[in-house]
Amino acid sequence: MFLDNFLFIGLPYIAIIIFIVGTVYRYRATKFNYSSLSSQFLEGKKLFWGSVPFHWGIIALFFGHLIAFLIPRGVLAWNSHPLRLLVIEVGAFIFGLTVLFGLSMLIYRRLTNQRLSRVTSPMDWTVEGLLLLQVILGLWVAYEFRWGSSWFAATLTPYLRSLFILQPEITAVSAMPLVVKLHIAFAFVIFAMIPFSRLVHVLVYPLHYLWRPYQRVLWNWDKSRIRHPDTQWTKESPRNT
Amino acid sequence: MDIRAQISMVFHLDKCIGCHTCSVACKNIWTDRKGAEYMWWNNVETKPGTGYPTRWEDQDIYKGGWKKEREGELGLRGSGKLRGLLNIFHNPHLPVIDDYYEPFTYKYLDLIESPEGDDQPTARPVSLITGEPIDIKMGPNWDDDLSGTPDYARKDPNLHDLSPAEQEAMFQLERMAMFYLPRICNHCLNPACVAACPSGAIYKRGEDGVVLINQQVCRAWRMCVTACPYKKTYYNWSTGKSEKCILCYPRLESGHAPACMHSCVGRIRYLGVVLYDADEIRLVAETEDEKDLVARQRSMIMDPFAPGVIEAAKKNGIPDSTIQAAQRSPVYKFVREWGLALPLHPEFRTLPMLFYVPPLLPVMASLGASDSSQAAKVNPMAKVWDEGRLYNSTTEELWGTIDQARFPLKYMANLFTGGDEEGIKVVLKKLMAVRIWRRHVTVGDVSAERAQEALSGAGIDSEMADAIYNLTTLAKFDDRFVIPPSHREQAIEMVEFVGDAKGSTGFGFKEQPMRGL
Repeated sequence: MFLDNFLFIGLPYIAIIIFIVGTVYRYRATKFNYSSLSSQFLEGKKLFWGSVPFHWGIIALFFGHLIAFLIPRGVLAWNSHPLRLLVIEVGAFIFGLTVLFGLSMLIYRRLTNQRLSRVTSPMDWTVEGLLLLQVILGLWVAYEFRWGSSWFAATLTPYLRSLFILQPEITAVSAMPLVVKLHIAFAFVIFAMIPFSRLVHVLVYPLHYLWRPYQRVLWNWDKSRIRHPDTQWTKESPRNT
Repeated sequence: MDIRAQISMVFHLDKCIGCHTCSVACKNIWTDRKGAEYMWWNNVETKPGTGYPTRWEDQDIYKGGWKKEREGELGLRGSGKLRGLLNIFHNPHLPVIDDYYEPFTYKYLDLIESPEGDDQPTARPVSLITGEPIDIKMGPNWDDDLSGTPDYARKDPNLHDLSPAEQEAMFQLERMAMFYLPRICNHCLNPACVAACPSGAIYKRGEDGVVLINQQVCRAWRMCVTACPYKKTYYNWSTGKSEKCILCYPRLESGHAPACMHSCVGRIRYLGVVLYDADEIRLVAETEDEKDLVARQRSMIMDPFAPGVIEAAKKNGIPDSTIQAAQRSPVYKFVREWGLALPLHPEFRTLPMLFYVPPLLPVMASLGASDSSQAAKVNPMAKVWDEGRLYNSTTEELWGTIDQARFPLKYMANLFTGGDEEGIKVVLKKLMAVRIWRRHVTVGDVSAERAQEALSGAGIDSEMADAIYNLTTLAKFDDRFVIPPSHREQAIEMVEFVGDAKGSTGFGFKEQPMRGL
């Protein structure tokens, strides 16, 4: 009972606090080492077979979980037809396998390339290990405790929602099989690790690139304005706009 | 008219002796750091040759620069908005370190600390990435002076449209020639690296046009490395940030010439500010015919004496001191007034602002290859002016050596004019005419008529020829580098102490350049 309370009430709140405080701190204090730390420059061929399936797969899985959380009724309505249920379950499982394949390639690549070992930190191994564990657990849940897209919407969505409205309700979660419990707990752990690992790069995916003009010219400030006699002198240094 | 100022450069290739002093000066100041060992923000290549990184000019491999898209608009060849974001997990066109070279050092301590034995101790080469012994396969100027060798010179991408016969002629032992091509970042007007950066970390400074990478915003999406057709943005594999030539902006701001230029032994480098019309950037970059690019880029550079230009510049807040510097700018003279300097590979459409005076010597320094006995007759002091031999100026055809150059003009045109042979010929004729004119003035064995004929044939007068001669050969430091005073009181970067930059990341901020977790 205590363990359940810790894993499903204490841990999520700790994780959220660590995530928020850590992210703000990291972004403000250590901007220089805020980077995706790409290692493609040292090894490019194997990275293709690792990075591409891993990233597209995990993006699909992330949004799959998110949709089940945000619109559980929609998911249940979709699943009301067996064929559609099968499509969503098989699709999700394939994405899971894609991630597993990509991640295994990434780990293999890091293990076998001497150059990469020089740019691999203990945190990289921790992250990769946790992600691998998490993917395997996820696939296990999907295979062993089938039609998760339906029971997730019915049991876990209310639990997650109860966390957000600060009235945690863990009865349903406590009754879950151990594998599912582990999958949930590790998710919180990974979430908390985002600001302290290379995972920060997911927070700065440069979508704003799409609506920015190609060229960027920065002036220290608008010189024609600053030199104009009507412009008042201020003690604050002007900023670029 | 939207007038902006740009710090611009001219490299005079006839004067480059290929000593790499510039490269070493730059390396010692900026890139002697972990992860940056392989970077040469300034490098010197032997042409014909493959360069650094290997075959960088071949955009079928590296996909750099801009290209015309269907509607006549410009698009980035290898990246761009949609393609950049989709390829962000694996950039298919990113060069890897082996395309440059694996940086190395030697285990010098082994020479001293090895135990006594029967063999002489050696200093083995070790990789600066892994620390393990390696066999050195490449270095930063591996093909230095190896022009003519099958592995390097013949793989020069600029030979692509020369006929096999022309190529053979180029590489005959008796006719072989080469020249050096020093390269730094061009600080382009239409930079592809800026356009390709998804984070928006790269920007062009409005005040002087220097292109910089904000090290705190760079997220290692590494699209700039692909986008720059000159391969002058480099990825630091240790810090996970891209870096590039900063035109020694801390030096510029304190009135010093950039290190590569200051240290240049041959005094080939000129630096000055030019005023240009920013409204024209897009139109010029989208020029239909590649061969018009040089002329149109030249026409963007405005006359700093024209009252209309001065007025427009003042309206844009350009300080009077910068306008005065633009009026004294050696770059303006070489590029606009005399039309001698050409951009490198204008067909990449980035509007590079580093201009080259193409080398005349490898084109004309012919020993009359038809007569092998002539070589023996040449005075080793090379002071001879034997009619029709060294300088073929007194034959019936005045421009014989240029038209029948032993170095095909097509090759030069591929480098400097986007394939326009006429454009390169005009420049070489001017250079030749200056030589003939000065020969007439100083030695006197060329008749006045002949010299005048040469000048008018090249479309210049004696006054301009003397000016070209003066700035080429006699120019003092302050003539070669006209650096506009930077108004320290106005800039953030300028309050920083230059010494802080050394040994840190080279960008003048004080956070330790630590790799992320």
